[in-house]
This record gives sequence, C-alpha cells and structure tokens, in this order.
Amino acid sequence: MLAKAWARRPVISRIVAAIFGGYALAALTSVAAVSLPMAKPEAVLTGLQLSFLVYALAVIWVFGARTAKRAWAGLVLAAAPLLLAAFPVWLGAGA
Amino acid sequence: MSAGKAEPAEPGLPKGQGIRQSMSDLHIWAGLLVGWILYAMFLTGTVSYFRDETSQWMRPELPAQHQPPDSAEVAERVAATLATVAAASSQWSIGLPTERSNIASAFWRNPQAQGRRAFQSGTFDPATGQALQVRETKGGDFFFRFHFDLHYMSPLWGRWIAGFCAMFMLVAIISGVITHKKIFIDFFTFRWGKGQRSWLDAHNMLSVFGLPFHFMITYSGLVTLMLMYMPWGSDAAFKTPVERQAMTSQMSAFVPAGKPTGTKAPMVPVADVVRQAQERWGRDNIERVTINNPGDAAARIVVVRGEAGRVSVSPQYLLFDGVTGKLVEAKDKVGPAAETRGVLYALHLGRFADTVTRWLYFLVSLAGTAMVGTGLVMWTVKRRARLPDPDKPYFGFRLVERLNIASIAGLPVAMAAFLWSNRLLPQGLAQRAEWEIHLFFIVWALMLAHAVLRPARRAWVEQLTLGAALLVLLPVLNAITTQRPLWRSIAEGDWVFAGYELGLWALAALLATLAVRTARHRPRARPVRKTAPAAQPSAAAAVGEGA
Repeated sequence: MLAKAWARRPVISRIVAAIFGGYALAALTSVAAVSLPMAKPEAVLTGLQLSFLVYALAVIWVFGARTAKRAWAGLVLAAAPLLLAAFPVWLGAGA
Repeated sequence: MSAGKAEPAEPGLPKGQGIRQSMSDLHIWAGLLVGWILYAMFLTGTVSYFRDETSQWMRPELPAQHQPPDSAEVAERVAATLATVAAASSQWSIGLPTERSNIASAFWRNPQAQGRRAFQSGTFDPATGQALQVRETKGGDFFFRFHFDLHYMSPLWGRWIAGFCAMFMLVAIISGVITHKKIFIDFFTFRWGKGQRSWLDAHNMLSVFGLPFHFMITYSGLVTLMLMYMPWGSDAAFKTPVERQAMTSQMSAFVPAGKPTGTKAPMVPVADVVRQAQERWGRDNIERVTINNPGDAAARIVVVRGEAGRVSVSPQYLLFDGVTGKLVEAKDKVGPAAETRGVLYALHLGRFADTVTRWLYFLVSLAGTAMVGTGLVMWTVKRRARLPDPDKPYFGFRLVERLNIASIAGLPVAMAAFLWSNRLLPQGLAQRAEWEIHLFFIVWALMLAHAVLRPARRAWVEQLTLGAALLVLLPVLNAITTQRPLWRSIAEGDWVFAGYELGLWALAALLATLAVRTARHRPRARPVRKTAPAAQPSAAAAVGEGA
C-alpha cells in the first residue's frame, strides 16, 4: 500500500500543485490586480473575475507539463511577477 | 522529492499525443470524482429556470395570475402589515410579485437578535398584504437553494463544496476541448447502437452543442459567489467597512440602514414613491422595496429596478426620503468591472429571459445535465467490456455503477417525490415545508439502497420507470387533490399550470424512453477492439502517470 503510494508520488505531487498551487496562484492574481491603475473596487472586481480563469489554466498547465517538477517550476515562475505586483498592495494596506 | 524520476513515464509518446493523453486523463478524473454532485447541481439548477412556476404550482390555493398586481399597492399593503408585526425593526425589505411570481415576500431585521438570526422572513398575499394562508412550502426555492447550498449542512459548507465542484467542471470543460481536437467533426458524427462509441458520440454532441453555455454557466456560477471563494483581494484592498461598502454598493442594491434619529415622523405613503419608479422603469418592473428606519425622521425608501429589459443584476435603484418623499439618489450605473460581474450573474440566473428564451435556457441546461450523465455512464461502459470477470466487478467499478444509478435515475425520482409530498402531506402538519424536503432526501436514500441491492440493469430500468410513473401521475394527483385539473387549466388559459404539467409529461416521456432503451439493450459479448484509437485512453492509463 505504502509502496504503491510512493510509486505514485509524481501524480500526487501534481494533484497538490493543481489544487493548492493553483488556488495560491489565483489568490495571488486577485491581490496583484488591486495594484491596477483604476478605482479600488474596480481593480478588486477585475482580479476576482480573472482569478478563476487563472486557477483553471494553472490546473491545465500542471497536468499538461511533461514532469511534475516542471509543473511546479511553471507555477513558481508565474507567481514571481504576481508577487512583485502584490507586495505593494500588502504594504500599502499595512500603512 | 525526486519527481524527476517519473520523467521516463511518457518519453515514448510524441509531444502532441502526450498532451492530449494527459488532458484526456484529467478530463476523465475531474469529471468522475465530482460528477454525481455536478449532476445534481446541474439538474436542480436546470429546473430552477422554472423556479417561480414551480412555486406557483406548489401553492395551488393561490389563483392563476393573468396580470401581476400593481407593485405600488402591494408594497403599501405589505408595509402596513410589517408596521404591525415588525414595528420596532430598523429595516423592512419587500420582494414584489412579478409576471412569473404571484406572492410577495419580505425579510426584516429583528432588533433583539444578532448575526444570522438577525433577519426574519415571511411570505405575503399580494391581494391582502397579510401573511400567506396557504399550504406551507418552500416551492421552487428548494431546488434553487439546493443547487448551491446543498442541505443538512451550513450554507457555508454547501457553497464551498459547490464551488469546489464547479472548479472541477471548469477544468473538465477546458481539458475536454483540448482532448477533442476534431470537436466540430465529432459534433456531426453520431453512431447509433454502437455501444461505447454511441455513448461517446452522445457525450460529444451534448457537450459541443452547448459548449458556450456550459462554459458560461460554470464560470458565472463561480462569479456569483466569488467574494466568498477569493476574499484575498478585497481583504488586502479594504481595511474599513466604509471602503468595503464602496465595492459592495457596486454589486448589491442593499442599502444598509443608517442611524435613526429617535424622533418619530409620519411616513410618506410607500405607494407614492413606488409610482415614481414605475414611471421610470415600467409598471411591472419593480423588484423590491426596502424601508430603512421606518417611522423615524431619518426614514429612507429604496425602490429597486427589476431585471426585465436588461441583462444585468447590477444595482439600479431610487433612494427616497421616507418622510418628505423627495428623491435623494438615483443609482443607475456601476463601473465596467462591476457591470461585467452584473452581466455574468444575470446570464447565470436567466431572470431577464422571456418565455422562449427561458425554454432555451432550460433545454441547453438539460443538455448540460445529460453531458455530465453520459460522461459518468461512459466511464462504466468503457470498463465493463474489459472486466476480467463481468459477474464480479471490482469495488471501484461497482461503486461508480451504483452511484450512477442513484444519481442519474434516482434524483429525478426524489424530485418527483418532492412534488408528490406537496400534494399529499396534510395541511396542518407541523413543519410541513421541512417535511416536503425530508421526503425528497428519504426517497433519494431509498433509491441509493435500491441501486446497491438490485442487479445494475434491473435497478436502472426500475428507477427510470418509477420516475416516469411518478411524473406521469402528478397531473392526475393534482386533478384529484386540487380544484385545478389540467383540462380546466387549459380551458381557462392558465398556462403556468398547464405548461408545468405538460412539461412534467415531457420529462416523463424522456425517462420512459431511457427505461425502454435500457431494458432492450443487449450488451455485446465480444470485447471492444484491443487497439483503441488515441482519443480512447485505456483504463489502466487513465489512472494517471504514476500507474
């Protein structure tokens, strides 16, 4: 049983990447969008509505990638610019 | 983690085939794992396009409504009732009858309570303004609520589960499109009576036919509850309730009650301000009237526009001073992103639709239900031919097979039982409306037990037949238990009742056809070809790359 699970760790890794990694990327998108140059309610709503598309495409990417490692790498790569955009939002909110 | 070790798993495949294969696996598993809940959400959502008509049919004591009553008068009457039953309340909100709905409803803030208990609600007779004196029922609201709240759990849990499943649906749609590169050719291909190929063709046809709708309905469904699923952006952007209200006011016509002055003041007649709104939007296009701080010098009346003539739920309302009757604010537009949300939300609900559009909505949504259903059935059809011992299938196969029966055939039986209980439960029964719902779930559970205990094919045929019989007999039951038999509805031009019962017969015919086809079906003894085409992953490969 354990050995079987061990053999399947790439697919388990992908499932985790898809469900949690995908959600994290979508959540990050919704925060990053707040820094868009428009009225705050508009920016928040834009990010919200885009986030589900980001989530879905992230899942597609994760299962389409050649290996589980590449799947994770792609998520991290996509997260980097979003983090840059999201950071001032969090800082601004704290000020 | 040495995930890299898995790399040799797919190197033999050409690149294009690799992606198509993995998308096919993703499609199959995303669809299967939540398919039963998705099917239930799709079917109850589909019938919710006739939510108001279902409610009318379930309150047969209320006479057929040929023209909606004057919103101004109804608002005045219900406000008068609320002034006696909820005099101390700081907020009344009255939902008005429409061309499709023949009741008024209201909720009001209970000054003695906090949180979720803080609101009370009731249904009212538009003719008198008094509380409805008819059989207690949730009507079509039950299917509507179940569609995203589920039941026997907090709505919060239900909505998270529904959102999780909707996300799976979205992924299944996108991966399904990638899997089927010949998507439009598939649409024109139909091979009858060819077992697995016919199921695949049916699944493809139903999916492609409604593809824009299926995508729209799934995405907009997520959008309806997006703030709950993705609170991070708004949490980061807004720190004070005032800031947050700036966004909420872009999404909802709900105007929070301000601070009362404590000084009593006579109110302007509610009907007067509603008439001003009617002049602007039309007599039957008033959705709701909310009265903040009634009887106080700071009273405000909000009159909300209906959805006729616009594909958007974005807030449009007139705000009046409740004492002088002067117009304080006319809200008629929101920002582009907020309006996008308003349009998506309206597309999901379809409340703007006229009768023809409403039927189209119903049919395409039914095709979506069938898309989920055929997908689930295909999983078993494809694997049945490869069973080592067809008499003793493995546990996973039996599980999927039985759950398929209990959901695809069992849910319509339970829904029909809900309508039966509406006619059969005694009027004075305590918690009658709840018992209608309990019976729905009891019958559904019985269908699950039946599906587990009976041989699979017998179970399919018996449940489909039972569903058809219950639906066919509903108009008969209605003729016996009410004063509004089908022939009288037709003769008197009551197209809500007549249309509803003829619609039940059409659905009964659909179930009966499925029952007959299942009963006649003879599975071929010969196993399917060993060399399956690329679009047909083998059962083993479908387990995923780790298998």
